[in-house]
Amino acid sequence: MSFLELRMVSKSYGAGAAEVEAIRDVDLSVERGSLVAVMGPSGSGKSTLLTIAGSLEDPTRGEVVIGGRSLSVMSRNDKARLRRRTVGYVFQDFNLLAGLTAGENVALPLELDGVPARRARSAGVSALEQLGIAERAERYPDELSGGERQRVAIARAVVGERSLLLADEPSGALDSTNSEAVMRMILAACRRGVAAVVVTHDAQLASWADRVVFIRDGRIVDQTVPPPAPESLLEDVTGPSQQR
Amino acid sequence: MSVRHALLALLSEGPKYGLQLRQEFEESTGEVWPLNVGQVYTTLQRLERDELIESDDGEAEAGPQKAFRITGAGREELESWLSTPPDMTSPPRDELVIKVLAALRVPGVSVHDVIQAHRRYLVELMQQWTRLKEDEADFDLTFALVGDAELFRLDSVVRWLDAADGRLKRAELEAPGLKTGPIFRRRLVAPR
Ligand SMILES: Nc1ncnc2c1ncn2[C@@H]1O[C@H](COP(=O)(O)OP(=O)(O)OP(=O)(O)O)[C@@H](O)[C@H]1O
Ligand SMILES: [Mg+2]
Repeated sequence: MSFLELRMVSKSYGAGAAEVEAIRDVDLSVERGSLVAVMGPSGSGKSTLLTIAGSLEDPTRGEVVIGGRSLSVMSRNDKARLRRRTVGYVFQDFNLLAGLTAGENVALPLELDGVPARRARSAGVSALEQLGIAERAERYPDELSGGERQRVAIARAVVGERSLLLADEPSGALDSTNSEAVMRMILAACRRGVAAVVVTHDAQLASWADRVVFIRDGRIVDQTVPPPAPESLLEDVTGPSQQR
Repeated sequence: MSVRHALLALLSEGPKYGLQLRQEFEESTGEVWPLNVGQVYTTLQRLERDELIESDDGEAEAGPQKAFRITGAGREELESWLSTPPDMTSPPRDELVIKVLAALRVPGVSVHDVIQAHRRYLVELMQQWTRLKEDEADFDLTFALVGDAELFRLDSVVRWLDAADGRLKRAELEAPGLKTGPIFRRRLVAPR
C-alpha cells in the first residue's frame, strides 16, 4: 500500500451560489521513495490538494490515508502529532515565524518533537548548508531575500527525517541554480525513503519527479509514464555518433 | 553550430593535427553531434582555401596527419561569429503550432486534449533530460550545458502550450464559437 493515498477526494469552498469546487474526485497514490509532481495552471486546485494531503484541511468528500491510517478516524490531537512528526510541509508563502531566526525556524519542528536543542540546531544548520545559506542561520526572516526565505522553508520541511514531504511551488522565488539545489535535496530525501509531492506550474521543476500528474479545473486529467533508467537513455542520445 | 566555427574555436587554443581536431570536436559537442570523418577534413580544406587557417605543408590534402593553425582573419571571423545573434526573426516552421491551430478547426476534436497530449510528451522528455543531467552533470560539464539548453527549449514549448490553453479557455468563455483566421505567416524585420 502507498504511503499517501487520496481516494475520490473533493473539496468545496463556500455554499449555495457561491460554492466553488476546488478539487473533484481526486485519486492519488504516492509510494515511499517516490517523488510525484502535480502540475497545473493557477487556480487548478494544487494548493487545495496539498493542504488536504497534509491534513491541514478536511476534504468535503473522499478519504485521505497516510501510512495506512485514515485521517477521517483520527482525533485532532492525532492529526497535530502526524503533522509534527510525519509531514514536512513547504507553504507557497513560506510561513516562517517572524520572531525566530532562520536556524531556529528550521530546528523548531525537531525541538517540538523532543529532540534536544543542541542536536536540533546542528541538524538545522546542516540542512541550511546543503542549500547554501548556512551563514544566514542567525538572521530573522525579514532580513532574508525571498529566495533565501524559500530555502529556509524547504530546510525546515526536510529536516528530521519525516516520511511525507509536501511542497507547494518550492522554487517559486528561486533562480535555476537554487531550484536545482532544492530539487536535489527533495529527491535525496525521496531516495532515503520519503514519499514526496511537489505541486507546481513549472515544467522544469516537475521534470525532477518520478511521475507527473496533470491537474486542470480541480480534476486529474493525465499523467506521465515513468522515465526509463538513465543508462538506457544515454544509449539513445549518443547512439548515432558512436556507430561510426 | 557550424562545423566550420567549431573547428576555428578549437584552433584558437593553439595549432592542432587533423585527427586531434576530429576527436576534440566530438568531445566538445557533448557527443550529441552525429558527424562523419570526411566532414571534418573537407571543412578544414575549405577553411584553408579561405585563408582562415593555414598549415606548413600547404598543398597536401587535409587529413589526420596535417597540422593547422588559425590565422588573424580566422580569429576575426570566429569572434564576429560568436557575437552574431542567429536569425530568430522569422517564426520557425513549428509543427506543434500548426497542429494546435489545425485542431481548432477539426469538428469533434478538443484542442485542450490535443494540447495535453503534447504537454505530456514534452514533460516526459524533460524528465529524461533531468535524469540524465543529474546522472552525468557532475562528471561532464559539456553535457550539463547541453542538457540545460534542451530543458529550457522544451520548457519554452510547454509554456507556450500553457499560454495557448489559457488563452483559448478565456476566448471560449467570452465569445463561444470564436473563429480563427487563416494560418498565415508574417516576418519580423531584423533590427539593424
Ligand atoms: N479558502 C478558499 N475559499 C474560497 N475559494 C477558495 C479558497 N481556497 C481556494 N479557493 C479557490 O479554489 C480554487 C483552487 O485554488 P488553489 O489555491 O488550490 O489553486 P492553485 O492551483 O494552488 O493556484 P496557484 O497556482 O495560483 O497557487 C481557486 O478557484 C480558488 O479561488
Ligand atoms: Mg497554490
